[in-house]
Order: sequence, then C-alpha cells, then structure tokens
Amino acid sequence: MLQRLFESLLTLFLALIAVFFLIHLVPGDPAQVMLGEKASPEAIAAIRTELGLNDPLPKQLIHFVGRVFQGDLGKSIRSGHPVLEEIRARLPATIELAVVALIFSIVFGVLLGMFAARKPGGIVDLCLGMVSVLGLSLPIFFLGLLLILVFGLHLQWFPLSGRVDYSVDYVPTTGFLLFDAIIDGNWDLFVSGIRHLILPAITLATIPMSLIARLTRASLMECLKADYIRTARAKGQSEWILFFKDALRNALLPVVTMAGFQFGLLLGGAILTENVYAWPGMGRWIVFSVEGRDYPAVQGAVLVFAAGIIIVMTLTDLLYRWIDPRMRIKT
Amino acid sequence: MKLPKFHLSFYLGGAIVLCLLVIAIFAPIIAPYNPFEDFRGLENLSPSFENHNGHVFLLGTDQLGRDLLSRLIFGTRYCLFMGCLSVLFAACIGIPLGLYAGYIKSADRIISKATDILMSFPAILIAIIVVSILGPGLYNAIIAVGLTSIPAFIRLTRGQVLAESRKEYVMAAQSIGVRTNRILFQHIFRNIVSPLLVLTSLSLGAAILESASLSFLNLGVSPPAPEWGSMIRSGMETFLSTNPWVSTFSGFCIFLNVLGFNLLGDALRDKWDPMLRGK
Repeated sequence: MLQRLFESLLTLFLALIAVFFLIHLVPGDPAQVMLGEKASPEAIAAIRTELGLNDPLPKQLIHFVGRVFQGDLGKSIRSGHPVLEEIRARLPATIELAVVALIFSIVFGVLLGMFAARKPGGIVDLCLGMVSVLGLSLPIFFLGLLLILVFGLHLQWFPLSGRVDYSVDYVPTTGFLLFDAIIDGNWDLFVSGIRHLILPAITLATIPMSLIARLTRASLMECLKADYIRTARAKGQSEWILFFKDALRNALLPVVTMAGFQFGLLLGGAILTENVYAWPGMGRWIVFSVEGRDYPAVQGAVLVFAAGIIIVMTLTDLLYRWIDPRMRIKT
Repeated sequence: MKLPKFHLSFYLGGAIVLCLLVIAIFAPIIAPYNPFEDFRGLENLSPSFENHNGHVFLLGTDQLGRDLLSRLIFGTRYCLFMGCLSVLFAACIGIPLGLYAGYIKSADRIISKATDILMSFPAILIAIIVVSILGPGLYNAIIAVGLTSIPAFIRLTRGQVLAESRKEYVMAAQSIGVRTNRILFQHIFRNIVSPLLVLTSLSLGAAILESASLSFLNLGVSPPAPEWGSMIRSGMETFLSTNPWVSTFSGFCIFLNVLGFNLLGDALRDKWDPMLRGK
C-alpha cells in the first residue's frame, strides 16, 4: 500500500514538472506568444519578470514547485485574477457533472449488464452489443447536439445550456449547486440545477455506461460458470440468491476498478460536454485559456486535471485491495 | 470467386471505408459545387430537390450560403488525411520504442513507466496540452493526435516482442551474434505485423474522432476549411434552431467514418489475433 502511495506521489511530482515545462516548450518567446505580436516591448518585459522567465531554468523550476506547494498558481493573463481563484470558481461545476455522470453510468451500466447476463442472446443483450459498437463510434459532442435538438429544442423538456436559469438567484457557498440548494432549502434552485444537469450528465455517462455494462455482463457470466456457483446450485440454493448474492458480489469487483479508471475518461469527456452545453466548468475554461494563450491558466487547469486523475486512480486501487482480500494476500 | 471467411462487420466496415476513400479521392469530380463558394441570398437552406436559380442544394446550405453536400464531400479528405497521418506518426515513434522496451530491460523501465502515465490521462487532455504548446492548426493537430496514440503502439509492440523474444529463431540469431537492431527490426518486427495492423485500423477510428474533437473545440482545423468537427461547431454557434442540418450531417459523417474503421478493426482483430480481444 505504501509503495502504491509513493508511486502516486512520484507521478504527481512528475506531472508537476511536466506542467512547468509546458510554458518552456512553446516555440519562440512565451511572453510574446501570450501577449500577441502587437504587444509593446515594455509589456513583454513585464510579463517575463512576473513569470520569472529571466531567471535560469533550474531556479525557475524550484520557484515554480515552491509556489505550487504554497497554493500559488500565478495570475491569469486574460482576467488578471489568481489562477487558484478561477479554479475554485469552476472546479465544483466539473466535479458535480462528473460525479452525477459517474453515478448514472454505474447504476445503469450494472443494471444493463445484469439483465444482459441473465439472458445471453436476449433483447437486452443484443441492444447492449449494438449500443457498445455504436457508442464507441459516436462523438460525444454529436450525441450532445442530438440531445439538445430533440429534448431541448424540439420537445423543450430541458434547457439548452448553462448551469442554472437566469431567473433563479444563485450565490455560491461551496460552488456545488445542488449541495448549496439543499443546504439553503432553495428548491427552485435545486430543480433548475437538476434540469440543467440532466442532458450533460446523460451525454457524459453514455460511453462509460456501455463499457461498465459490457464488463458487468462478461464478469457475471464468468462467475455464473464458476465451481462455487455449481456447488451452491447442486445444494438447492435458489436462483435468485445465486445470482444476486453469490455471483453479483464477486462479479462487481472488476467493475469497481473499471469505474475508478473511467474517471479519467469522464474528465476527458467533460471537456467536450462542457463546451457543447456552455457548462461553466474546468473543461470550458481550459479550452478558452488555450485559445487565449493564457499559459498560467493552462498550467493550473492541467495540474488540477492531472492531480484529480492520479488521486482517483490511487483511491480506486486502494479500495480494490480493501474489498478483495485476495489482493491483500498477493501483496 | 470464393471470398475469404470474415465476419459481417469486416464487409460492412470495409464497404464504409472504401466508399469514404473513393469520395475523398474523387471529391472534386463528385462534389456539385466548390466547397468555399457562397451563394448570396441562399443561406441556411434546408435539404431539398428545389431549384434555386439553376442551383440544386441536396443537403441545403450553411449560414454563408455554401453547399453543404460539397463541404461534406471535401471534409472526407481532411478527416482521412488527419486520421491517417496521425496514426502513421504514432506508429513511426511507438513501434521502435515498443521494440526496444520489449527487448532491452533497462529501456523497458523508463518507456513502460512513461507509457503507463500517459495512458492514465484522457487523450483529449494530452492533445489539448500539445496544441497549447504548438498552437492550433492542421499539422499541429495531427502531431497532437499522433502523440496520444503512441502509448497504445508501444504497449502492444512491447508485449508482442516479449512473447517473440523467447522463441527459438530469436535465440538462434542471438547465439550467432546478430546485432540487436537487426534482430528487432528484421526478425521480430516481421512476425508481429498482423496485430500492429489491427491496432492501426482501430487507432484510425480513435484518431479521426479525436481530430474532429479538436476541431470542434476550435483547436484543430479552423473555418472556412470544410472540416467536419469545425462544421459542427459553426452550425451550433449560429443557427442550430433554424438550420440544424449543418451540425447533424457533419456529426453523422464523423460517426460513419469512425464506425467504419472500428468495425473493420474489430473484424481484423477477431480474424488475425483473437488474443487481443478486450485489450
């Protein structure tokens, strides 16, 4: 377990160094690139001083790592606000979207996988096969667009973009809209938040859901063929208990790992989904920052994404060791 | 003539890919209009057979009055060009690194660790980072997408080399003092071509999807180039409620293209290398 934690910390540190070099790999003078060709020499010199680009590289690296450990990610070139403040304002929106999508994909993925494994070759199984092939070929932004056209524009069931209706007042406390709405007892805000969240969450959850469903099906079918199930069946155990208690519990072990690793996929999908639905999160912000050549903001956003993925993957690994005793014995 | 036994998905995927290749090659002959020509006063037309002053726009026009069908036809070129070139780039870097990683233990530790780290991050994030360094544009997007495909080539090649290097022909070559590069590139590489071809086909689908995603985010090919990803974006930004055709047809083209390569790759995998299933 300690070795795993050490590996994660090392990866995080390597990611930090890679993020530092991001600005130095830019062809030409990064300060010139950030401010554009028409920038005055004085403005360029000021940016170079502010970012410490005049110092030797090792000194810059030590300074950067030190600043990050103190929670200082620099200032955004475009807005002038501290990058950490910008991240604080946007990260909860992305986490909220990713978590809802993850829950959605696990619940429906496991259910679909269970039904498919119960009757291999049945309608659910065939549909799952088709959805898996088609889902992996469907661009996430195209799926989002289709959902907007059908449920937003045509049926008008859900709003087209944003996180909350303009008519509803929202002053963030934690930044997690649904959580804030529950704490404040503001049900208008809660309903508005849910209505805005449904389409992006479905868009983001579809591909992980089909992957989880496929894995649940395969894992469950393998468990149902195992010796301990045959023995239990021979002893007269009811099919219901065999399926849900004996087989499903073991079959869900790889699903836990898969769900954890899906988090990276979800964050990648979130970048596209947020841009389809104008969701005010990290994904939309990183694209804006790249377009605007705002390197301190890009560095901050990449660091947050990298840290998020590494932390979730480490937790998944540790959780897997905790729920599966065989893993503990092996290690 | 008896056709070799392949799964239905091979013929379906192959037919889609073949059609797209023909469309891409003969785009100037097939396309009814110049994809950049704007017909003033005929903006945002819906698909129809209607004659507009001697012009018929089968799939309608976009917000600038350009023929959508012609733009979609020319878009096939961008899509295949970006997909093929980025996968070629990935294969050219990933395969040699994988060969060394599988054969030389000291190289393996560094290459495999770097591959593991890269694979744990979403491909689109890595592509965005690369574009943030190099800047948007067609060739930079190709490099960005290519870089995200490299780890898959390294991992597969490494695994195959590990299996092959225990075989007698490799040991025989080692015992008579054949140089490492010669063993890797002339002996082992020839024997691992089939799984690499399967991966190439599967990677093409993913690369096309990713390059379209970059263009959709305005970080790849920019308008007015008839690239499907950027066409979806421009369709969404302007007249989605009145003219959804620009975005939907472009999206459908991407979907069809990726589906074709995925089906073909799946069928080739099942035929040539059943061991790869699920990897």
